[in-house]
Amino acid sequence: MQHGKYRFIAGFLVIPLAIYAIFVISPFVQAIYYSFTDWTGLSPDMKMVGFDNYARLFQDDVFWAAVGNSVTLLLLLPVVTLSLGLFFAFMLNVGGRRRKKAVIGGVRGSSAYKILYFFPQVLSVPIVALLFQFAYNPESGALNAFFKAIGLDNVQPDWLGDPGIALWCVMGAMVWANVGFYVVLFSAGMSSIPKDFYEAALLDGANRFNTFFRITLPLLWDTVQTGWIYMGILALDVSAFAFVQIMSVGPGGPDYATEVLPLYVYQKTFRDGQAGYATSIGVSLLIVTLIFSAIVMRLGRRERLEF
Amino acid sequence: MSAQTDPAGLPGDREGVTQSAPKGATEGVVTGAATAVVKERPDDGLSAPPRKERNGGGRGEGGVLNVFSHGVLVIWGLLVTMPLLWAVVSSFKDDAEIFGSPWGLPSVLHFDNWARAWDKANMGQYFLNSLIVVGGSLIGTMLLGSMAAYVLARFDFPGNRFLYFLFVGGMGFPVILALVPLFFVMKNMTLLDTYHGLILVYIAYSLPFTVFFLSGFFRTLPTSVAEAALIDGASHTRTFFQVMLPMARPGLISVGIFNFLGQWNQYLLPTVLNVGDPNKKMLTQGLVALAVSQGYKGDWSGLFAGLTIAMLPVLAAYIIFQRQVVAGLTAGALK
Repeated sequence: MQHGKYRFIAGFLVIPLAIYAIFVISPFVQAIYYSFTDWTGLSPDMKMVGFDNYARLFQDDVFWAAVGNSVTLLLLLPVVTLSLGLFFAFMLNVGGRRRKKAVIGGVRGSSAYKILYFFPQVLSVPIVALLFQFAYNPESGALNAFFKAIGLDNVQPDWLGDPGIALWCVMGAMVWANVGFYVVLFSAGMSSIPKDFYEAALLDGANRFNTFFRITLPLLWDTVQTGWIYMGILALDVSAFAFVQIMSVGPGGPDYATEVLPLYVYQKTFRDGQAGYATSIGVSLLIVTLIFSAIVMRLGRRERLEF
Repeated sequence: MSAQTDPAGLPGDREGVTQSAPKGATEGVVTGAATAVVKERPDDGLSAPPRKERNGGGRGEGGVLNVFSHGVLVIWGLLVTMPLLWAVVSSFKDDAEIFGSPWGLPSVLHFDNWARAWDKANMGQYFLNSLIVVGGSLIGTMLLGSMAAYVLARFDFPGNRFLYFLFVGGMGFPVILALVPLFFVMKNMTLLDTYHGLILVYIAYSLPFTVFFLSGFFRTLPTSVAEAALIDGASHTRTFFQVMLPMARPGLISVGIFNFLGQWNQYLLPTVLNVGDPNKKMLTQGLVALAVSQGYKGDWSGLFAGLTIAMLPVLAAYIIFQRQVVAGLTAGALK
């Protein structure tokens, strides 16, 4: 029986573990090793260069532009997306007219709103990014055409072509794509908060905005924290890469205004043939990610409320 | 609205009107929502007379809030739907209309845009490629993921915790860091630009979440049924496939939908690992390639048709399986 058990365990684990080790674990470990070499990625020759790549990062202006943009996304994207998600979810669940005995109520048609809001979540990043790229198109895009139609003929921004606002344009698309998910997520959390809590608070004279900060938010905090980490990783990694690579001029432009760390890793490897240096940028990205997760975990440490 | 609460309710209502007036002026829909709400009032008032006396002022606040919340909710609803509708409408226009009147309706429905995107721009081929790869990788992910999750959740053996955290740790690391060496791992194994190579990589990068989610799920299932099966002489393998997997169906459906959408919408992995053969592009890659090439050719209508072709099946599937999709995608964050 014991013997059979271990054979079974080994049999079930060997294939998933092998695939995972070959395609995920080993590349991660190799990446850290390569970051100490001068490998081009084009030929198998390389030699150890110690911390040279990391020293070079400090003199690389593009790298710092990318760090700046990535950190901007990291700080703003979760806050904006989660705030909008919380706001709309609160409106859906508490913004309704009072009916029958309930102290608070959802708005009419809240499930229809939720279905609609979730649309962008099922679309791929390329679809969303291309849609917004067209909308931002200065000559024939929907946005400038809209401005013209309402009489704002001289407000015709260059959108993605303007270094001052290009990053905000990309961020707008990312917010648009993700808010709906958090509306639905927070809404599910809010509907499980017992109504008595609100009833008691309203009887004690709290208004609805107080109830949001004193009841809803604390009870939802775990979910908000999870969402925060998800959005942070999204702002740093794959999603940021895809949005910037598809939407921006260059990509990464104009004038590195939208350059982000994952895109710079990609460009250094596959465009410039500097795989060793690229992995040291990747390791910096890993460090930023770890710092971010640690801070959010730490901030979120508080007593778990059971209800 | 009953007479005695009118004085208390009115100031609040006035406030509501003045507050929403500027919005109402620019957004016709908001005004519509507001009037609809006002009309509903009488029977709402009748249904709860005693409560209102006590909460007269608060009731007015509720009315204001209701108008306001419908207002903002409708605005965001428009913001979500307009770009999608705009893409669908544009896919029926010709190029001159797209440039001339971006917001206008097409004069003639140009179905030829769709035909051109499907055949000439290879969207049909890309669609098929995505189906092949995602079909393979989804089956593989679910099978291998549930096997690993089951063993890690239900069996005690040395190294169990270590392996669990090895799998789960993969969720938090930046994928881009692994991609540089991964490219060369794939190259050495001659897996670049092949369907089976992509399938293996998709499986590998889906395992962390799948193992995390399913092992949590297997832990919640009762042990007694599996024990009974074992006592009746079923092997561990048979118990897994015939007893445990059917019991885990709700969890499997959730994580299956999550993985399907994640893999179908995957862009980064094929962008790096599948660039050699233009005919083997995934749908997401094909779309971006189409955008680049049509940009030169100036075939914008074909591009919008391509976008719509990529967009509509997913949206249709979402609307049909709405409940399951939402459950599947939010499952991870609610755990």
